[in-house]
Amino acid sequence: MIPVTHFLLVGCTLFSIGLAVAVTKKNAIGVLLGLELMLNAVNLNLVAFSRHDPAHLQGQLFALFVMVVAVCEVAIALAIILRVFDHFKTVDPDQINRLKG
Amino acid sequence: MEQIAFYLFAGLAIAAALLILFTRNLMYAAFALFITFFGVAALYVLAMADFLAVAQIMVYVGGVLVLLVFGIMLTHQPKVKSSAASNRVLAENRGMILGGVVAVLVFAMLAKVIVTADFVLDGPYAAQKSTMEKIGLALMTTHLLPFEMVAVLLLAVLVGTGYLAFNRIKQTRS
Repeated sequence: MIPVTHFLLVGCTLFSIGLAVAVTKKNAIGVLLGLELMLNAVNLNLVAFSRHDPAHLQGQLFALFVMVVAVCEVAIALAIILRVFDHFKTVDPDQINRLKG
Repeated sequence: MEQIAFYLFAGLAIAAALLILFTRNLMYAAFALFITFFGVAALYVLAMADFLAVAQIMVYVGGVLVLLVFGIMLTHQPKVKSSAASNRVLAENRGMILGGVVAVLVFAMLAKVIVTADFVLDGPYAAQKSTMEKIGLALMTTHLLPFEMVAVLLLAVLVGTGYLAFNRIKQTRS
């Protein structure tokens, strides 16, 4: 039997690494990789708590909706990144610094 | 046995996540994310969420990662336009020290809260059978409204991404 704290510690480690990835990558898609990692870490927490609630499984249902929203976010973000790449010929977030097209 | 599996998969997920952080090659980062998703799916199984584990593998590995790899390839600009040159997709890391400090501080804060907290839910739990039936029932009864809203959201995302991608093709042709 694994205590819930260990799940939470794994989750918070993954979240911190995801945060570091999102902050340090010099590529918009690298930032997206970090975001996905963070969303997964949060889902892990929800699932870990849901283990103690077998009658309702609300954590798992919430994690399911988080998953759907994460997928939507990735699809939209990639479409936007492709448009930005067409316009600026780069995906480095530092170099995309003009609002006017 | 369960503990060994837990620490094995947790270590695998964290090691792959660290690889994402430290590698410069974006393709390696995407494949490391693949390993992390599998590790997290295994942790879902150990937390008795079998349906979510399968959904994780199908949605993330089958959908999101393919999309991300497509994105990496479409936005790649080789410096030398030659088929003999290496085609690695490199992305530098910037502000490693500052980002690392922020991440370590966030980790320290979260870990302190988790270790010192006294969770009501922490304790023994009953083993249970497959969660699929319960999730299906809940989605069709108590969680019907969010389910339908997610359906509308998915439709909106489909139309939105289609619109963005369609205009892109028209622009590059003209």
